[in-house]
Amino acid sequence: MRLLTHNLLQCHVKGCSTNNYPLRVEATNVVHKEADFNPEFITHMLQKIEWNALRTTASALGVAELPEILPLSMEGQEELLKQIHLVLMETHIMDGKLVCPGCSHEYLVTHGVGNMLLIEDEV
Amino acid sequence: MKLKHLESALQDVEAFASPKVKLEQYPTQPHVAAQMLYTMHNSFGDIEGKAVGDLGCGCAVLSIGAALLGSAYNVGFDIDTDALKIAAANAAEFECDIDFVHCDVVEALGLAANAQPPLHIQMAALSTNDSSSPAASSSNGLPLLVRPKSLDTVIMNPPFGTKNNAGIDMTFLHAGVLLARTAVWSLHKTSTRKHIAKKAAEWGTTMEVVAELRFDIPAMYKFHKEKSVDVAVDLIRLDCTRAPSR
Ligand SMILES: [Zn+2]
Repeated sequence: MRLLTHNLLQCHVKGCSTNNYPLRVEATNVVHKEADFNPEFITHMLQKIEWNALRTTASALGVAELPEILPLSMEGQEELLKQIHLVLMETHIMDGKLVCPGCSHEYLVTHGVGNMLLIEDEV
Repeated sequence: MKLKHLESALQDVEAFASPKVKLEQYPTQPHVAAQMLYTMHNSFGDIEGKAVGDLGCGCAVLSIGAALLGSAYNVGFDIDTDALKIAAANAAEFECDIDFVHCDVVEALGLAANAQPPLHIQMAALSTNDSSSPAASSSNGLPLLVRPKSLDTVIMNPPFGTKNNAGIDMTFLHAGVLLARTAVWSLHKTSTRKHIAKKAAEWGTTMEVVAELRFDIPAMYKFHKEKSVDVAVDLIRLDCTRAPSR
């Protein structure tokens, strides 16, 4: 699970809807895997991702220290875009768990696949 | 990449080892997948450089095809862990970066069958038009696993909905509309076309029947008497650019 995917997911346990994002990553295995750099796509995705969630997650995992505030335009921001690319597209949570900050529900990540399935009484 | 090259590549995607009747698992045939993806790519520009989600991805033939055509990001969702194992192996085989999420698509998008939306939440959904903030819950008040409108394109070959899970095709489609900013692509029985057009309009989208296909669903299940069942299927595109965010 790349951090881009992590950025899209929130806790969906019944009744947990206020402090349910971002899921805290308690990873036992995080790997870096090179991917093609596509600056247009990164710029495009910046409209969809939650910047603060990405920033705190990247920092907690020790992957990168991203700036608190993004420049108004990403034009000419090659270095920053590359850094965001590394965080979003090249950082894979392979094993560990994602923990809800609100209800403490734990979602397991195994071999890179997040198990977000809830058992019946959690739905 | 030419259509025939895409089709022949997709023939090498491993299919379900033992399909599950309850989940209506049948592989998307390579020629259907290739035709669908090729049309999305060539005629609509819905793949290249896009964030693409695959609902009920199964063994990920559609996601792999999208990645081969240049999608920038792929994520597949499925309830079946056996299928996801094959999917992950397939993605690795094709050297495609595809993330997989194990979840119940219906429940994850707050579309559980029996949930009646509380009135105040319906009203709130009607009065909001802020598409930039993440919504904690769906229009019926159930929590969402995936933040709405977080992807560009959603593709799916949904279960058609047999007796036991009638209407699941529509629920998958609705889930797609919640996630896609630009378009949802799906395959549905031609016999349901009118119903889908009506629902699509209710969701604030516009349906286009892009192609009429014939599905040859092989008799992989014991209860099928004939060798295969030939079904008329529509390839549809829902334009989501004007759909509300929830
Ligand atoms: Zn929670």
